[in-house]
Amino acid sequence: MDIFVNLTIAGLATGMMYYLLSSGLSLIYGLMGVLNFAHGSVFMYGCYAGVYTFSKTGNFALGIIAAVVVGAIVGWVMERVVISKVYGQHLAQMLLTTGLMLLLNELIKIPFGSNILPAFQPESLQSSWQVGEVVIVKYRVFLIVLGLIVAVILNAIMSKTKLGMTVRAGVQNPEMVQVLGINIKKVFSFVFLLGSALSALGGALMAPALGAVNPEIGLMYQMTGFMVVVIGGMGSLTGTLLSALLVGLASSYTAYVYPDAATAVIVIVMIVVLLIKPSGLFGKGAE
Amino acid sequence: MPDKLILKVKDMETHIGQYHILQGVNLEVPEGHVTVLIGRNGAGKTTTLRSIIGLTPPSKGSVEFNGQMIHGLPPYTIALKGMALVPEDQGIFSTLTVEENFKIAMQKEDKVTLERKDWILDVFPDLKPKLKQKAGGLSGGQKQMLSIGRSLVNDNKLLLIDEPSKGLAPIMVETLANAIKQIKSHTTVVLVEQNFWLASAVGERYYIIDDGQTVHEGVMEDLIKDKVLQQRYLGIGTKE
Repeated sequence: MDIFVNLTIAGLATGMMYYLLSSGLSLIYGLMGVLNFAHGSVFMYGCYAGVYTFSKTGNFALGIIAAVVVGAIVGWVMERVVISKVYGQHLAQMLLTTGLMLLLNELIKIPFGSNILPAFQPESLQSSWQVGEVVIVKYRVFLIVLGLIVAVILNAIMSKTKLGMTVRAGVQNPEMVQVLGINIKKVFSFVFLLGSALSALGGALMAPALGAVNPEIGLMYQMTGFMVVVIGGMGSLTGTLLSALLVGLASSYTAYVYPDAATAVIVIVMIVVLLIKPSGLFGKGAE
Repeated sequence: MPDKLILKVKDMETHIGQYHILQGVNLEVPEGHVTVLIGRNGAGKTTTLRSIIGLTPPSKGSVEFNGQMIHGLPPYTIALKGMALVPEDQGIFSTLTVEENFKIAMQKEDKVTLERKDWILDVFPDLKPKLKQKAGGLSGGQKQMLSIGRSLVNDNKLLLIDEPSKGLAPIMVETLANAIKQIKSHTTVVLVEQNFWLASAVGERYYIIDDGQTVHEGVMEDLIKDKVLQQRYLGIGTKE
Protein backbone atom coordinates (compact mmCIF):
# COMPACT_ATOMS: atom_id res chain seq x y z
CA MET A 1 0.00 0.00 0.00
CA ASP A 2 2.74 2.49 0.96
CA ILE A 3 4.54 1.62 -2.25
CA PHE A 4 1.40 2.29 -4.21
CA VAL A 5 0.91 5.70 -2.59
CA ASN A 6 4.53 6.61 -3.24
CA LEU A 7 4.38 5.55 -6.86
CA THR A 8 1.16 7.49 -7.29
CA ILE A 9 2.67 10.68 -5.87
CA ALA A 10 5.78 10.25 -8.02
CA GLY A 11 3.62 9.58 -11.07
CA LEU A 12 1.44 12.63 -10.48
CA ALA A 13 4.52 14.82 -9.98
CA THR A 14 6.09 13.60 -13.22
CA GLY A 15 2.73 13.94 -14.93
CA MET A 16 2.51 17.59 -13.92
CA MET A 17 5.90 18.25 -15.51
CA TYR A 18 4.70 16.53 -18.67
CA TYR A 19 1.68 18.80 -18.53
CA LEU A 20 3.80 21.95 -18.41
CA LEU A 21 5.92 20.67 -21.27
CA SER A 22 2.99 19.52 -23.39
CA SER A 23 0.39 22.24 -22.82
CA GLY A 24 2.41 24.65 -24.95
CA LEU A 25 2.99 22.03 -27.59
CA SER A 26 -0.72 21.29 -27.68
CA LEU A 27 -1.76 24.93 -27.95
CA ILE A 28 0.83 25.68 -30.61
CA TYR A 29 -0.21 22.71 -32.71
CA GLY A 30 -3.91 23.12 -32.05
CA LEU A 31 -4.03 26.80 -32.89
CA MET A 32 -1.35 27.24 -35.50
CA GLY A 33 -0.91 23.74 -36.87
CA VAL A 34 2.82 24.01 -36.13
CA LEU A 35 4.67 20.88 -35.08
CA ASN A 36 7.37 22.55 -33.05
CA PHE A 37 10.38 20.26 -32.86
CA ALA A 38 12.33 22.94 -31.01
CA HIS A 39 9.89 22.89 -28.08
CA GLY A 40 12.09 20.45 -26.15
CA SER A 41 15.04 22.79 -26.57
CA VAL A 42 13.08 25.54 -24.86
CA PHE A 43 12.39 23.06 -22.05
CA MET A 44 16.15 22.43 -21.85
CA TYR A 45 16.87 26.21 -21.75
CA GLY A 46 14.41 26.38 -18.87
CA CYS A 47 16.40 23.65 -17.09
CA TYR A 48 19.67 25.54 -17.53
CA ALA A 49 18.25 28.98 -16.71
CA GLY A 50 16.68 27.64 -13.53
CA VAL A 51 19.65 25.58 -12.37
CA TYR A 52 22.19 28.30 -13.15
CA THR A 53 20.24 31.14 -11.53
CA PHE A 54 19.55 29.06 -8.42
CA SER A 55 23.21 28.09 -8.11
CA LYS A 56 24.35 31.72 -8.42
CA THR A 57 21.73 33.41 -6.25
CA GLY A 58 20.66 30.64 -3.90
CA ASN A 59 17.08 31.72 -4.55
CA PHE A 60 14.99 28.93 -6.07
CA ALA A 61 12.03 31.16 -6.88
CA LEU A 62 14.34 33.48 -8.79
CA GLY A 63 15.58 30.48 -10.78
CA ILE A 64 12.01 29.62 -11.76
CA ILE A 65 11.30 33.20 -12.79
CA ALA A 66 14.52 33.31 -14.83
CA ALA A 67 13.50 30.12 -16.63
CA VAL A 68 10.07 31.49 -17.48
CA VAL A 69 11.56 34.73 -18.80
CA VAL A 70 14.21 32.92 -20.86
CA GLY A 71 11.58 30.54 -22.26
CA ALA A 72 9.27 33.40 -23.18
CA ILE A 73 12.04 35.31 -24.93
CA VAL A 74 13.40 32.30 -26.83
CA GLY A 75 9.87 31.35 -27.89
CA TRP A 76 8.93 34.85 -28.96
CA VAL A 77 12.09 35.37 -31.02
CA MET A 78 11.68 31.93 -32.58
CA GLU A 79 8.09 32.71 -33.63
CA ARG A 80 8.77 36.20 -34.92
CA VAL A 81 12.01 35.47 -36.77
CA VAL A 82 11.46 31.97 -38.12
CA ILE A 83 8.10 30.30 -37.63
CA SER A 84 5.87 33.24 -38.59
CA LYS A 85 7.40 33.03 -42.06
CA VAL A 86 6.24 29.47 -42.68
CA TYR A 87 2.69 29.28 -41.34
CA GLY A 88 0.73 26.72 -43.31
CA GLN A 89 3.85 25.04 -44.71
CA HIS A 90 4.21 21.87 -42.67
CA LEU A 91 7.34 20.51 -44.29
CA ALA A 92 9.16 23.82 -43.92
CA GLN A 93 8.03 24.01 -40.29
CA MET A 94 9.35 20.58 -39.48
CA LEU A 95 12.69 21.18 -41.15
CA LEU A 96 13.14 24.66 -39.68
CA THR A 97 12.12 23.74 -36.14
CA THR A 98 14.37 20.66 -36.30
CA GLY A 99 17.18 22.96 -37.39
CA LEU A 100 16.37 25.33 -34.55
CA MET A 101 16.48 22.44 -32.11
CA LEU A 102 19.98 21.45 -33.28
CA LEU A 103 21.11 25.07 -33.17
CA LEU A 104 19.75 25.70 -29.68
CA ASN A 105 21.20 22.43 -28.41
CA GLU A 106 24.65 23.41 -29.67
CA LEU A 107 24.47 27.03 -28.52
CA ILE A 108 23.90 25.99 -24.90
CA LYS A 109 27.26 24.20 -25.00
CA ILE A 110 29.13 27.49 -25.46
CA PRO A 111 28.56 28.70 -21.90
CA PHE A 112 27.90 25.36 -20.18
CA GLY A 113 29.84 22.73 -22.13
CA SER A 114 28.38 19.37 -23.08
CA ASN A 115 28.85 17.68 -19.72
CA ILE A 116 26.05 17.28 -17.25
CA LEU A 117 25.21 20.11 -14.93
CA PRO A 118 24.11 19.04 -11.44
CA ALA A 119 20.77 20.38 -10.30
CA PHE A 120 19.68 20.75 -6.70
CA GLN A 121 16.44 21.05 -4.86
CA PRO A 122 16.02 23.98 -2.49
CA GLU A 123 16.81 23.01 1.08
CA SER A 124 13.31 23.70 2.30
CA LEU A 125 11.95 21.04 -0.07
CA GLN A 126 14.68 18.42 0.34
CA SER A 127 13.16 16.56 3.28
CA SER A 128 10.12 14.38 3.34
CA TRP A 129 7.09 13.72 5.53
CA GLN A 130 6.47 10.40 7.21
CA VAL A 131 2.81 9.46 7.32
CA GLY A 132 2.51 6.04 8.89
CA GLU A 133 4.37 3.70 6.52
CA VAL A 134 4.36 6.21 3.70
CA VAL A 135 7.26 8.55 3.00
CA ILE A 136 6.14 11.62 1.09
CA VAL A 137 8.86 13.54 -0.71
CA LYS A 138 8.23 17.26 -0.27
CA TYR A 139 9.56 18.25 -3.67
CA ARG A 140 7.07 15.98 -5.42
CA VAL A 141 4.18 17.49 -3.50
CA PHE A 142 5.52 20.91 -4.44
CA LEU A 143 5.52 19.90 -8.13
CA ILE A 144 1.96 18.62 -7.94
CA VAL A 145 0.68 21.75 -6.19
CA LEU A 146 2.48 24.09 -8.56
CA GLY A 147 1.28 22.13 -11.59
CA LEU A 148 -2.28 22.33 -10.32
CA ILE A 149 -1.99 26.08 -9.79
CA VAL A 150 -0.73 26.54 -13.36
CA ALA A 151 -3.53 24.31 -14.66
CA VAL A 152 -6.17 26.34 -12.81
CA ILE A 153 -4.74 29.65 -14.07
CA LEU A 154 -4.47 28.38 -17.65
CA ASN A 155 -7.98 27.03 -17.49
CA ALA A 156 -9.27 30.37 -16.21
CA ILE A 157 -7.49 32.24 -19.01
CA MET A 158 -8.93 29.87 -21.59
CA SER A 159 -12.50 29.85 -20.30
CA LYS A 160 -12.99 33.33 -18.87
CA THR A 161 -11.01 35.81 -20.96
CA LYS A 162 -11.60 37.06 -24.46
CA LEU A 163 -8.07 35.96 -25.32
CA GLY A 164 -8.88 32.42 -24.27
CA MET A 165 -12.09 32.53 -26.23
CA THR A 166 -10.15 33.68 -29.27
CA VAL A 167 -7.65 30.86 -28.87
CA ARG A 168 -10.43 28.26 -28.58
CA ALA A 169 -12.16 29.74 -31.62
CA GLY A 170 -8.87 29.97 -33.50
CA VAL A 171 -8.11 26.30 -32.90
CA GLN A 172 -11.33 25.53 -34.74
CA ASN A 173 -11.40 28.13 -37.49
CA PRO A 174 -8.57 30.69 -37.69
CA GLU A 175 -9.96 32.20 -40.88
CA MET A 176 -13.28 33.07 -39.29
CA VAL A 177 -11.53 34.67 -36.31
CA GLN A 178 -9.83 37.06 -38.74
CA VAL A 179 -13.08 37.84 -40.50
CA LEU A 180 -14.43 38.94 -37.12
CA GLY A 181 -11.77 41.64 -36.99
CA ILE A 182 -9.16 39.93 -34.83
CA ASN A 183 -5.50 39.93 -35.82
CA ILE A 184 -4.80 36.24 -35.40
CA LYS A 185 -1.05 36.71 -35.88
CA LYS A 186 -0.85 38.62 -32.62
CA VAL A 187 -2.73 35.80 -30.91
CA PHE A 188 -0.29 33.31 -32.51
CA SER A 189 2.72 35.22 -31.16
CA PHE A 190 1.26 35.36 -27.70
CA VAL A 191 0.37 31.67 -27.61
CA PHE A 192 3.84 30.76 -28.80
CA LEU A 193 5.37 32.90 -26.07
CA LEU A 194 3.05 31.42 -23.45
CA GLY A 195 3.66 27.85 -24.59
CA SER A 196 7.42 28.35 -24.55
CA ALA A 197 7.34 29.94 -21.10
CA LEU A 198 5.35 26.96 -19.79
CA SER A 199 7.80 24.53 -21.32
CA ALA A 200 10.75 26.32 -19.73
CA LEU A 201 8.91 26.38 -16.39
CA GLY A 202 8.49 22.62 -16.71
CA GLY A 203 12.22 22.31 -17.37
CA ALA A 204 13.21 24.43 -14.36
CA LEU A 205 11.01 22.34 -12.07
CA MET A 206 11.98 18.99 -13.57
CA ALA A 207 15.76 19.52 -13.36
CA PRO A 208 16.05 19.29 -9.55
CA ALA A 209 13.91 16.13 -9.58
CA LEU A 210 16.34 14.56 -12.04
CA GLY A 211 19.45 15.74 -10.20
CA ALA A 212 21.32 16.81 -13.32
CA VAL A 213 20.70 18.24 -16.78
CA ASN A 214 22.48 17.97 -20.12
CA PRO A 215 22.00 19.54 -23.57
CA GLU A 216 20.16 16.46 -24.89
CA ILE A 217 17.51 16.47 -22.18
CA GLY A 218 15.03 18.41 -24.29
CA LEU A 219 15.13 15.88 -27.07
CA MET A 220 14.45 13.06 -24.61
CA TYR A 221 11.41 14.71 -23.10
CA GLN A 222 10.09 16.15 -26.33
CA MET A 223 9.05 12.75 -27.65
CA THR A 224 7.08 12.09 -24.48
CA GLY A 225 5.61 15.58 -24.86
CA PHE A 226 4.35 14.80 -28.34
CA MET A 227 2.84 11.53 -27.18
CA VAL A 228 1.07 13.28 -24.30
CA VAL A 229 -0.41 15.77 -26.76
CA VAL A 230 -1.58 13.04 -29.12
CA ILE A 231 -3.15 11.03 -26.29
CA GLY A 232 -4.92 14.09 -24.85
CA GLY A 233 -6.16 15.41 -28.18
CA MET A 234 -4.56 18.29 -30.06
CA GLY A 235 -5.47 21.74 -28.79
CA SER A 236 -7.33 20.65 -25.66
CA LEU A 237 -5.68 21.71 -22.40
CA THR A 238 -7.99 19.54 -20.32
CA GLY A 239 -7.08 16.59 -22.51
CA THR A 240 -3.39 17.40 -22.13
CA LEU A 241 -3.66 17.54 -18.34
CA LEU A 242 -5.47 14.20 -18.09
CA SER A 243 -3.15 12.61 -20.60
CA ALA A 244 -0.04 13.93 -18.82
CA LEU A 245 -1.20 12.54 -15.48
CA LEU A 246 -2.17 9.25 -17.10
CA VAL A 247 1.25 8.93 -18.74
CA GLY A 248 3.03 9.98 -15.52
CA LEU A 249 1.17 7.38 -13.47
CA ALA A 250 1.51 4.62 -16.06
CA SER A 251 5.26 5.05 -16.33
CA SER A 252 5.66 5.39 -12.56
CA TYR A 253 3.85 2.09 -11.84
CA THR A 254 5.57 0.30 -14.70
CA ALA A 255 8.99 1.54 -13.62
CA TYR A 256 8.46 -0.23 -10.29
CA VAL A 257 7.34 -3.53 -11.76
CA TYR A 258 9.56 -3.61 -14.82
CA PRO A 259 11.81 -0.53 -15.23
CA ASP A 260 12.80 -1.31 -18.82
CA ALA A 261 9.20 -0.88 -19.95
CA ALA A 262 8.65 2.57 -18.37
CA THR A 263 8.91 4.33 -21.73
CA ALA A 264 7.31 1.58 -23.76
CA VAL A 265 4.17 1.78 -21.64
CA ILE A 266 3.58 5.36 -22.86
CA VAL A 267 3.51 4.09 -26.42
CA ILE A 268 1.12 1.33 -25.38
CA VAL A 269 -1.19 3.86 -23.68
CA MET A 270 -1.09 5.94 -26.86
CA ILE A 271 -1.93 2.98 -29.07
CA VAL A 272 -4.84 1.93 -26.87
CA VAL A 273 -6.29 5.47 -26.66
CA LEU A 274 -5.94 6.04 -30.40
CA LEU A 275 -7.57 2.70 -31.20
CA ILE A 276 -10.58 3.68 -29.11
CA LYS A 277 -10.63 7.38 -30.01
CA PRO A 278 -8.44 8.37 -32.96
CA SER A 279 -8.60 12.09 -32.16
CA GLY A 280 -7.29 11.56 -28.62
CA LEU A 281 -9.11 11.78 -25.28
CA PHE A 282 -10.48 15.30 -25.76
CA GLY A 283 -9.71 15.79 -29.44
CA LYS A 284 -12.42 17.22 -31.64
CA GLY A 285 -11.36 15.46 -34.80
CA ALA A 286 -13.24 16.09 -38.01
CA GLU A 287 -16.79 17.24 -37.38
CA MET B 1 -28.82 55.36 -59.44
CA PRO B 2 -28.94 58.17 -56.87
CA ASP B 3 -27.92 56.03 -53.89
CA LYS B 4 -24.42 56.25 -52.50
CA LEU B 5 -22.24 53.29 -53.49
CA ILE B 6 -20.92 51.47 -50.44
CA LEU B 7 -18.89 48.96 -52.43
CA LYS B 8 -17.29 49.29 -55.83
CA VAL B 9 -15.38 46.38 -57.31
CA LYS B 10 -13.51 47.06 -60.53
CA ASP B 11 -11.99 44.43 -62.83
CA MET B 12 -11.19 42.16 -59.92
CA GLU B 13 -9.16 39.05 -60.73
CA THR B 14 -8.16 36.36 -58.27
CA HIS B 15 -5.78 33.44 -58.56
CA ILE B 16 -5.87 30.53 -56.15
CA GLY B 17 -2.74 28.47 -56.57
CA GLN B 18 -2.36 27.95 -60.29
CA TYR B 19 -6.03 28.54 -61.01
CA HIS B 20 -7.36 31.79 -62.39
CA ILE B 21 -10.70 31.80 -60.58
CA LEU B 22 -11.96 35.35 -61.03
CA GLN B 23 -11.30 36.91 -64.40
CA GLY B 24 -12.95 40.29 -64.18
CA VAL B 25 -15.63 40.95 -61.59
CA ASN B 26 -17.31 44.36 -61.54
CA LEU B 27 -19.81 45.28 -58.85
CA GLU B 28 -21.51 48.46 -57.75
CA VAL B 29 -23.41 48.01 -54.53
CA PRO B 30 -25.75 50.82 -53.45
CA GLU B 31 -26.10 51.52 -49.75
CA GLY B 32 -29.19 50.27 -47.94
CA HIS B 33 -30.20 47.61 -50.45
CA VAL B 34 -29.85 43.89 -51.01
CA THR B 35 -27.71 43.01 -54.02
CA VAL B 36 -27.80 39.39 -55.07
CA LEU B 37 -25.00 37.51 -56.83
CA ILE B 38 -26.29 34.57 -58.77
CA GLY B 39 -24.74 32.05 -61.09
CA ARG B 40 -24.03 28.38 -61.51
CA ASN B 41 -21.98 26.23 -59.16
CA GLY B 42 -18.31 27.02 -59.54
CA ALA B 43 -18.96 30.33 -61.28
CA GLY B 44 -16.88 32.18 -58.68
CA LYS B 45 -19.54 33.65 -56.38
CA THR B 46 -17.96 32.48 -53.12
CA THR B 47 -14.49 33.53 -54.29
CA THR B 48 -15.90 36.96 -55.10
CA LEU B 49 -17.03 37.42 -51.50
CA ARG B 50 -13.79 35.98 -50.11
CA SER B 51 -11.75 38.29 -52.33
CA ILE B 52 -13.70 41.37 -51.28
CA ILE B 53 -13.01 40.72 -47.58
CA GLY B 54 -9.39 39.73 -48.23
CA LEU B 55 -9.39 35.99 -47.50
CA THR B 56 -8.29 35.29 -51.08
CA PRO B 57 -6.75 38.65 -51.97
CA PRO B 58 -7.37 39.80 -55.55
CA SER B 59 -4.33 39.73 -57.82
CA LYS B 60 -5.65 42.52 -60.05
CA GLY B 61 -8.28 45.20 -59.98
CA SER B 62 -9.58 47.35 -57.16
CA VAL B 63 -12.07 47.12 -54.31
CA GLU B 64 -13.40 50.36 -52.90
CA PHE B 65 -15.37 50.16 -49.67
CA ASN B 66 -17.05 53.19 -48.17
CA GLY B 67 -14.73 55.51 -50.10
CA GLN B 68 -11.49 53.68 -49.22
CA MET B 69 -9.41 51.31 -51.33
CA ILE B 70 -9.22 48.05 -49.39
CA HIS B 71 -7.74 45.47 -51.77
CA GLY B 72 -4.52 44.02 -50.40
CA LEU B 73 -5.42 44.70 -46.75
CA PRO B 74 -5.56 41.75 -44.33
CA PRO B 75 -9.08 40.45 -43.57
CA TYR B 76 -9.12 41.64 -39.97
CA THR B 77 -8.40 45.23 -41.04
CA ILE B 78 -11.18 45.10 -43.62
CA ALA B 79 -13.53 43.63 -41.02
CA LEU B 80 -12.73 46.48 -38.62
CA LYS B 81 -13.71 48.97 -41.31
CA GLY B 82 -17.25 47.66 -41.07
CA MET B 83 -17.57 44.61 -43.27
CA ALA B 84 -18.74 41.18 -42.19
CA LEU B 85 -18.91 37.81 -43.89
CA VAL B 86 -21.34 34.99 -43.23
CA PRO B 87 -19.54 32.10 -44.91
CA GLU B 88 -21.14 29.20 -46.70
CA ASP B 89 -20.23 26.80 -43.88
CA GLN B 90 -21.49 29.38 -41.37
CA GLY B 91 -18.15 29.55 -39.55
CA ILE B 92 -19.74 28.86 -36.17
CA PHE B 93 -17.35 28.06 -33.33
CA SER B 94 -19.04 24.89 -32.18
CA THR B 95 -16.91 24.48 -29.04
CA LEU B 96 -17.92 27.93 -27.81
CA THR B 97 -21.32 28.74 -26.37
CA VAL B 98 -23.81 30.77 -28.40
CA GLU B 99 -23.15 33.70 -26.08
CA GLU B 100 -19.39 33.39 -26.59
CA ASN B 101 -19.90 33.32 -30.34
CA PHE B 102 -21.49 36.75 -30.01
CA LYS B 103 -18.89 37.95 -27.56
CA ILE B 104 -15.88 37.08 -29.68
CA ALA B 105 -17.40 39.06 -32.55
CA MET B 106 -18.03 42.20 -30.47
CA GLN B 107 -15.46 44.84 -31.22
CA LYS B 108 -16.79 46.92 -28.34
CA GLU B 109 -18.94 45.96 -25.40
CA ASP B 110 -20.68 49.28 -25.03
CA LYS B 111 -24.36 50.02 -24.56
CA VAL B 112 -25.09 50.39 -28.27
CA THR B 113 -23.53 46.99 -29.06
CA LEU B 114 -25.48 45.29 -26.28
CA GLU B 115 -28.68 46.93 -27.53
CA ARG B 116 -27.89 45.66 -31.00
CA LYS B 117 -27.47 42.18 -29.58
CA ASP B 118 -30.91 42.45 -27.97
CA TRP B 119 -32.33 43.49 -31.33
CA ILE B 120 -30.63 40.51 -33.01
CA LEU B 121 -32.19 38.18 -30.45
CA ASP B 122 -35.57 39.74 -31.28
CA VAL B 123 -35.00 39.02 -34.97
CA PHE B 124 -33.85 35.46 -34.15
CA PRO B 125 -35.83 34.57 -31.00
CA ASP B 126 -34.85 30.88 -31.32
CA LEU B 127 -31.35 31.76 -30.12
CA LYS B 128 -32.49 33.31 -26.84
CA PRO B 129 -32.97 30.10 -24.81
CA LYS B 130 -29.75 28.64 -26.27
CA LEU B 131 -27.32 31.38 -25.20
CA LYS B 132 -25.51 29.26 -22.60
CA GLN B 133 -25.37 26.15 -24.76
CA LYS B 134 -22.53 25.06 -26.99
CA ALA B 135 -23.12 26.31 -30.52
CA GLY B 136 -22.28 22.84 -31.87
CA GLY B 137 -25.61 21.58 -30.53
CA LEU B 138 -27.73 23.99 -32.57
CA SER B 139 -29.80 22.87 -35.55
CA GLY B 140 -28.70 23.84 -39.06
CA GLY B 141 -31.18 26.71 -39.18
CA GLN B 142 -30.20 27.99 -35.75
CA LYS B 143 -26.52 27.90 -36.74
CA GLN B 144 -27.35 30.01 -39.76
CA MET B 145 -29.21 32.47 -37.55
CA LEU B 146 -26.29 32.62 -35.16
CA SER B 147 -23.87 33.18 -38.02
CA ILE B 148 -25.93 36.03 -39.44
CA GLY B 149 -26.72 37.41 -36.00
CA ARG B 150 -23.07 37.37 -35.02
CA SER B 151 -22.13 39.35 -38.10
CA LEU B 152 -24.62 42.06 -37.15
CA VAL B 153 -23.39 42.60 -33.62
CA ASN B 154 -20.97 45.32 -34.67
CA ASP B 155 -22.05 48.47 -36.43
CA ASN B 156 -21.23 47.00 -39.83
CA LYS B 157 -21.91 48.86 -43.02
CA LEU B 158 -21.82 45.85 -45.30
CA LEU B 159 -22.78 42.25 -44.82
CA LEU B 160 -21.66 39.54 -47.24
CA ILE B 161 -23.83 36.44 -46.94
CA ASP B 162 -22.86 33.27 -48.78
CA GLU B 163 -25.69 30.87 -49.64
CA PRO B 164 -27.59 31.00 -46.38
CA SER B 165 -30.37 28.73 -47.63
CA LYS B 166 -28.03 25.82 -48.25
CA GLY B 167 -29.28 22.70 -46.48
CA LEU B 168 -32.17 24.45 -44.79
CA ALA B 169 -35.77 23.25 -44.69
CA PRO B 170 -38.18 25.35 -46.81
CA ILE B 171 -39.83 26.81 -43.71
CA MET B 172 -36.42 27.99 -42.47
CA VAL B 173 -35.74 29.63 -45.82
CA GLU B 174 -38.89 31.71 -45.33
CA THR B 175 -37.76 32.73 -41.84
CA LEU B 176 -34.42 33.67 -43.35
CA ALA B 177 -36.06 35.81 -46.02
CA ASN B 178 -37.94 37.73 -43.34
CA ALA B 179 -34.77 38.16 -41.31
CA ILE B 180 -32.83 39.53 -44.28
CA LYS B 181 -35.65 41.98 -44.98
CA GLN B 182 -35.34 43.24 -41.39
CA ILE B 183 -31.56 43.42 -41.58
CA LYS B 184 -31.76 45.55 -44.71
CA SER B 185 -32.96 48.50 -42.66
CA HIS B 186 -29.68 48.41 -40.70
CA THR B 187 -27.04 47.21 -43.13
CA THR B 188 -26.35 46.86 -46.82
CA VAL B 189 -26.36 43.22 -47.90
CA VAL B 190 -24.58 41.36 -50.69
CA LEU B 191 -26.14 37.94 -50.94
CA VAL B 192 -24.88 34.94 -52.86
CA GLU B 193 -27.85 32.69 -53.40
CA GLN B 194 -28.70 29.72 -55.60
CA ASN B 195 -32.23 29.45 -54.27
CA PHE B 196 -34.03 31.62 -56.80
CA TRP B 197 -37.07 31.99 -54.60
CA LEU B 198 -35.00 33.50 -51.77
CA ALA B 199 -32.94 35.59 -54.18
CA SER B 200 -36.04 37.09 -55.73
CA ALA B 201 -37.83 37.50 -52.40
CA VAL B 202 -35.16 39.71 -50.86
CA GLY B 203 -33.01 40.94 -53.74
CA GLU B 204 -33.39 44.39 -55.24
CA ARG B 205 -30.50 44.37 -57.65
CA TYR B 206 -28.73 41.37 -59.13
CA TYR B 207 -25.46 40.46 -60.77
CA ILE B 208 -24.94 37.24 -62.69
CA ILE B 209 -21.48 35.71 -62.41
CA ASP B 210 -20.41 33.19 -64.99
CA ASP B 211 -16.95 31.67 -65.48
CA GLY B 212 -15.40 34.12 -63.03
CA GLN B 213 -16.86 37.23 -64.64
CA THR B 214 -19.84 39.44 -64.00
CA VAL B 215 -21.87 39.05 -67.18
CA HIS B 216 -25.18 40.68 -66.40
CA GLU B 217 -26.72 43.12 -63.96
CA GLY B 218 -29.95 44.86 -63.35
CA VAL B 219 -33.05 45.20 -61.24
CA MET B 220 -34.36 41.99 -59.69
CA GLU B 221 -37.88 42.44 -61.04
CA ASP B 222 -36.57 42.38 -64.60
CA LEU B 223 -34.72 39.12 -64.01
CA ILE B 224 -37.81 37.54 -62.52
CA LYS B 225 -39.62 38.25 -65.81
CA ASP B 226 -36.73 37.32 -68.09
CA LYS B 227 -37.03 33.55 -68.47
CA VAL B 228 -34.46 33.42 -71.27
CA LEU B 229 -31.76 35.00 -69.10
CA GLN B 230 -32.65 32.69 -66.23
CA GLN B 231 -32.31 29.63 -68.39
CA ARG B 232 -29.10 30.77 -70.00
CA TYR B 233 -27.12 31.54 -66.87
CA LEU B 234 -28.92 29.90 -64.01
CA GLY B 235 -30.10 26.71 -65.64
CA ILE B 236 -33.57 27.31 -64.32
CA GLY B 237 -35.90 25.15 -66.38
CA THR B 238 -39.18 26.14 -67.94
CA LYS B 239 -41.11 24.07 -65.43
CA GLU B 240 -42.30 26.35 -62.70
